[in-house]
Amino acid sequence: MINPTSSISEIKRDLDTKSYSHTELTEFFLDRIEKANKKLNCFITISRESALKEAAAADSKNNKVSSLFSGIPYANKDIFCTDQIRTTCGSRMLENFLPLYDAEIVGRAKSLGLIMLGKTNMDEFAMGSTNETSFFGAVRNPWDLTKVPGGSSGGSAVAVAAGLAPFATGSDTGGSIRQPAALCGVTGLKPTYGRISRFGMIAFASSLDQAGFITRTAEDCALCMEFLSDFDIKDSTSVDITKGDYVSELNGKLKGKKIGIPKEYFDKNLDPEIGQCLNEAKDIFSKLGCKLVDIELTSTEMAVASYYIIAPAECSSNLARFDGVKYGFRSMNSSDIDSLYKNTRDEGFGTEVKRRILIGTYALSSGYYDKYYEQAQRVRSVIRNDFKEAFKKVDVILGPTTPSTAFPLKNGAPSDPTELYSSDLYTIPVNLAGLPAISIPAGLSKQKLPIGMQLIGRAFNEHVLLNVAHQFQLHSEWHHKTPKFNESFDG
Amino acid sequence: MDNNWEPVIGLEVHVQLNTNSKLFSGAPNKFGGEANSQASLIDLGYPGTLPVVNDKAIEMALKLGIALDGDIPEQTVFARKNYFYPDLPKGYQISQFDEPIISGGFLTIEADGKEKKINLTRAHLEEDAGKSIHLLSERLTGLDLNRAGTPLIEVVSEPEIKNAKEAVSFMRALRELVRHLEICDGNMQEGSIRCDANISVKQKEHNKLGTKVEIKNLNSFKFVENAINFEIARQINRLENGEEITQETRLYDEKTGETKTMRSKEDENDYRYFPDPDLLPVKIDSSKLKVIKDTAIELPLNKRKRYAVDLGLNQAQIDTLLNDPALTCFFEKSIKNSGLSPKLSANWVTGEIMKYFKEENINITQTRVDPESFIKILKLIEIDKCTQNDAKRIFKMIWDDEVSIETAIKKTLSGKEKFSDENLKTIVKKVLSDHPKQVEQYLAGKKKVFGFLVGQVMKASVGKADPKRVGKMIEDELIG
Repeated sequence: MINPTSSISEIKRDLDTKSYSHTELTEFFLDRIEKANKKLNCFITISRESALKEAAAADSKNNKVSSLFSGIPYANKDIFCTDQIRTTCGSRMLENFLPLYDAEIVGRAKSLGLIMLGKTNMDEFAMGSTNETSFFGAVRNPWDLTKVPGGSSGGSAVAVAAGLAPFATGSDTGGSIRQPAALCGVTGLKPTYGRISRFGMIAFASSLDQAGFITRTAEDCALCMEFLSDFDIKDSTSVDITKGDYVSELNGKLKGKKIGIPKEYFDKNLDPEIGQCLNEAKDIFSKLGCKLVDIELTSTEMAVASYYIIAPAECSSNLARFDGVKYGFRSMNSSDIDSLYKNTRDEGFGTEVKRRILIGTYALSSGYYDKYYEQAQRVRSVIRNDFKEAFKKVDVILGPTTPSTAFPLKNGAPSDPTELYSSDLYTIPVNLAGLPAISIPAGLSKQKLPIGMQLIGRAFNEHVLLNVAHQFQLHSEWHHKTPKFNESFDG
Repeated sequence: MDNNWEPVIGLEVHVQLNTNSKLFSGAPNKFGGEANSQASLIDLGYPGTLPVVNDKAIEMALKLGIALDGDIPEQTVFARKNYFYPDLPKGYQISQFDEPIISGGFLTIEADGKEKKINLTRAHLEEDAGKSIHLLSERLTGLDLNRAGTPLIEVVSEPEIKNAKEAVSFMRALRELVRHLEICDGNMQEGSIRCDANISVKQKEHNKLGTKVEIKNLNSFKFVENAINFEIARQINRLENGEEITQETRLYDEKTGETKTMRSKEDENDYRYFPDPDLLPVKIDSSKLKVIKDTAIELPLNKRKRYAVDLGLNQAQIDTLLNDPALTCFFEKSIKNSGLSPKLSANWVTGEIMKYFKEENINITQTRVDPESFIKILKLIEIDKCTQNDAKRIFKMIWDDEVSIETAIKKTLSGKEKFSDENLKTIVKKVLSDHPKQVEQYLAGKKKVFGFLVGQVMKASVGKADPKRVGKMIEDELIG
């Protein structure tokens, strides 16, 4: 029997002992996706044909690809280019876009023999934290179908939470992996900026974007890091630094580890229920011999404002290439080049994307650059420095991932965007500082909605984060909780 | 033209670097080719693609920076220049803004027969755009993105150029420099060097600058000269008629020789420059910089001076030699450590050899006589083992028949008894005593007969003697 919530190593063991074939395994997940997607809308594209072909190849006697990771099915956020498989970035602009190449991380997965099940839904161009800005419709949270899954990697988080894929890739610019992971009760790692190649990941805000993983456990996450992260010469911001021993270091004892508790992360914005869960988590760490240290990250409150200058500024430039000239959507109501640009971008982009392009264009305009963009960059270095100081005292920083649990779907009803922006207050500073952070399940609210705990580490210290997270998961059960929704497919 | 007006001109010259690949992608950097055959996904601005800086382009920029005596920073930053245009695939050009790879420096040009230093503001690296091809008859515009991503260095001068001639001189000097640095092929027809000119005029006694006009994309010396002259005249004419100059960008029309409004200041883009987040600041490797400094070539300007003063070459020879860096190199090789007379070599390189090149429409890179053989041939003349004419025959034989130099020498000189000084002297003496009348005339100041006497000796030696040597011997006999 295939268990949809098996860990990667369990699946690998079953494949090796031939408990089921690659084809059976792949078909199992594809069938689940097809059924569940009608309710959850977490996949934009299901790549049944190519997945089954890859599975058949893995089953054939001539299979030459054999790695510790081969044969594992997974899903890609639809921000990663996949050769000849539609890549939309959640936008009408790329509704029918067929890339001519694989993103670096997708190519790595392919060469290791992983089987891609499909492309997961996301906020348009990764701009949003509810998954409601997707041109392909909102994604629903399996814990409560009236609630959002978070975003922008909402589809990936839901796919893992609902047992539709053992793991999925994501991207995190201001919390886009950690926040949906928290709201869906799964594990989400945003590695250090520069740890995983951005090549082939459609850019939102280049200096903040980082690829990462959404998994069921920290242990699975360590496997993903071990196999899929590497230096890439094609990405100038990729850092050529030795990889951690992610898997073997999972079992390190935590005794003596210093865990920083920033008071700014336990402020009035935080839902007391979440605060309560994190207190219980702190107790577990204390019992494991960790030392809890109160710290200050005084620049925290400036982070959101700084982020909402830098990210839109970069996005306004990154998205200029979508002009209807070369690829993607082109408005047919145009009479000259100017109207082609205007109509294509007006019809091809959604409201949130247009809002951010406008903010960014404004912030970079002559006469405003110093006031906004440069100022935001100065704040950014203050934030970076704050973390640097804190990490002189502690090994890991513990805080909430989100101020609240999953909120209700608005079905496109207008909301005050700044209110939504400010809910990223705990995740954004990490991107501005380029640090690694992981969100792991730390409880369930009274309404049975998942609560996430965020652990932030020093640059390139993913192995430490994974170690701490894994030890916590060895002493907690939250990561084994699954939504009731899944039962309609289980068995 | 009223003499009260003084033009103020600054140039922005775009120099295409001859790297193998593009500035930010591995696609070949070659002129022409089928449309879009030399553009990679990166050049096409494909979603998800990222730029990686071509180290070779940085190196070439540093070479130029050192040659221009500019300041080279510890790090240089690429910035995005944002604007929409169909042949700009990413919607921005990767260029440089406030941290260019070269700041300051100067270029020495020739102005009114004198040297003049033109200070430079900066020089920065940037990628070229593609080309829009308008098919007016079909109301279509096609895009060829082969050129997209080609590395350019934009050299920006201070507004210290006084007239069109100086502007052309600036272009010539820069072209010569980049060709000798081997960082650009200098092919103006293919757009390897092109410039934008900023022009204003002011009243001579005033310091206040006039409103400037930019003329875009001038791609020949002639166009630079004509466009600037036209524009200066246009501006002066307006000012004298009490009209104002509008700050604008103009285009030069090759057919009419006039400049025309392209866009006014109001339509100028706000380029929204900001550091490209896809590219980290490029640190300039000081050890690499040292290597570049240590291996720097002699600047063309210094070469010109040395050729004139130390080697005694004439201006035409110097121009011919420097017009092709490979030819300069051939010439230098021929006189380096060979003891060969530079003048003799220069005469041959710019005379005899150029004749062959012109006939076959080739250049020095296709020479069929290598420098070593060339030296050997000229040496024969110098040590008097053969005449200029024989040397030319030897040269031709190697060139045409591609035989070895040894064979060519043997074939040309065999059977030709070489006159020893003594033998020749005997002939000279005989000729002089046979023609006393002519000798008398010569000594009386009738220089014309000298040629006759030389001719007689040549005849007596059956053309084997070197006329120069004969002439000298006659002179020695009669005067010395």
